[in-house]
Amino acid sequence: MSKVVEGLYYAQSHEWLKVEGNIGIIGVSDFAQAQLGSIVFVDLPEVGIQVTKEVEFGAVESVKAASDLLSPISGVVIENNQAVIDDPELINKDAFANWLIKVEIANPSEIDQLLSAADYRSISK
Amino acid sequence: MDEILKTCLYDRHVQLSAKMEPFAGYWMPISYSGIIEEHQAVRNHSGMFDVSHMGEIRITGKDAIPFVEFITTNEINSKPFGKVIYGLFLYDNGTCVDDLLVYKVASDELFLVVNASNVAKDYTWIVEHTEGFEVLVKNESDDWSEVAVQGPETEKIVMEMMQIDLTDLTFYTFKNVIWNGHKLLISRTGYTGEDGFEIYGDAIAIPEVWDLLLSSGKILPCGLGCRDTLRFEASLPLYGHEISDQILPIEAGLGSFVKMEKPDFIGKKALLAQKTAGLVHKLVGIELTERAIPRQGYEVYSGDQMIGHVTTGYLSISTDKCIANALIATKYAIIGDQILVLIRKKMVPGVIRNRQYYKKNYKQ
Repeated sequence: MSKVVEGLYYAQSHEWLKVEGNIGIIGVSDFAQAQLGSIVFVDLPEVGIQVTKEVEFGAVESVKAASDLLSPISGVVIENNQAVIDDPELINKDAFANWLIKVEIANPSEIDQLLSAADYRSISK
Repeated sequence: MDEILKTCLYDRHVQLSAKMEPFAGYWMPISYSGIIEEHQAVRNHSGMFDVSHMGEIRITGKDAIPFVEFITTNEINSKPFGKVIYGLFLYDNGTCVDDLLVYKVASDELFLVVNASNVAKDYTWIVEHTEGFEVLVKNESDDWSEVAVQGPETEKIVMEMMQIDLTDLTFYTFKNVIWNGHKLLISRTGYTGEDGFEIYGDAIAIPEVWDLLLSSGKILPCGLGCRDTLRFEASLPLYGHEISDQILPIEAGLGSFVKMEKPDFIGKKALLAQKTAGLVHKLVGIELTERAIPRQGYEVYSGDQMIGHVTTGYLSISTDKCIANALIATKYAIIGDQILVLIRKKMVPGVIRNRQYYKKNYKQ
């Protein structure tokens, strides 16, 4: 049983979003990391890049497979997590503590279209 | 869709909580403890693979040797009995039907081991070419199970555990042994770039071998996931990637297994013509100069020009480099030249290099 954290928003494509004011913090779910297995590489956008809801912005990769990351929300990247770039396996250790990017949220109404923790729990069994 | 088959070790894989996937019509283990750990076990110690899905075809009869000389690219006649010979079946146009191992059993008997996904195709193709030869072709794939035990500590562990002497087996030779009342065929072969053995037996014998060897506690069960990362680093080709019905063996760097001096073999004429005309493609190595993973099918560019595609690529476990095999237009195949690989809409720079990513560690 994979872990789902309360208070976060979730996408069907297994990314999570934490909202802090107008800043969105984005990562992948515990379910996603468990499906992939050992993560050996993450491909994240540079600061200043525009990401769009449900559009690919990077990838997490295991030895065998690359899994696209879809942004749960539109916005501009203000930070990417260098610690995860340097040591991608951190995501396997704790997918919620080890976020991928922070964005300045462009359109807060998009948040409501995401899944709650309870809803996500039911689709990620 | 046909039912997916189980090897004789299926229950053991499930018990070990292996990640199982259908491959070549069988439920096969992809990994047990994790691809990286399994890969390292084979490079540094010893690992064991269930490869019971492989195909076995026996050719018997007076013309067995001349027949297999005719349908494969390598030279068999001059090799001693007990030798294993790597070769390819080619179509008339010179592209690859499959690659295979030929076990030279006797003057009237050869044992062929082919890729699991190609058994039916290979068998039909072989039978179609028997005209004029006194041979019998038998598909024995269902009768054989197989494990591959690979890694630098393998010889010592296998000899201790199985109480058999394998020191007389040199690289690419085999022998038949009776072990615990079972007939086994053991060869010093493999698909990892390390020393080791492939052990063939029936569906009663192989689980006994598996259980005994695992009970040593010194051999890690390994899945098809690391089998691919290991063979790739050791620059061993895989059908469907480096070789296929679209690729000539001489384009894939396998010229040394294609004996053009043989009087005749299927595909020879086409290869001669291609050599004269010049090869269109060449298989090269690529090393990215930025961190990214070049995967099968990704396009390779020289400037704006698309010049080919990746056949296999990884963030190599043994070397920590982002490397790939790529089949590219011959005129661009210059070691040291800069190329680009298109990875998720980004052009990632790299250079063309040799394909010796990892130094093979065979015992001669």
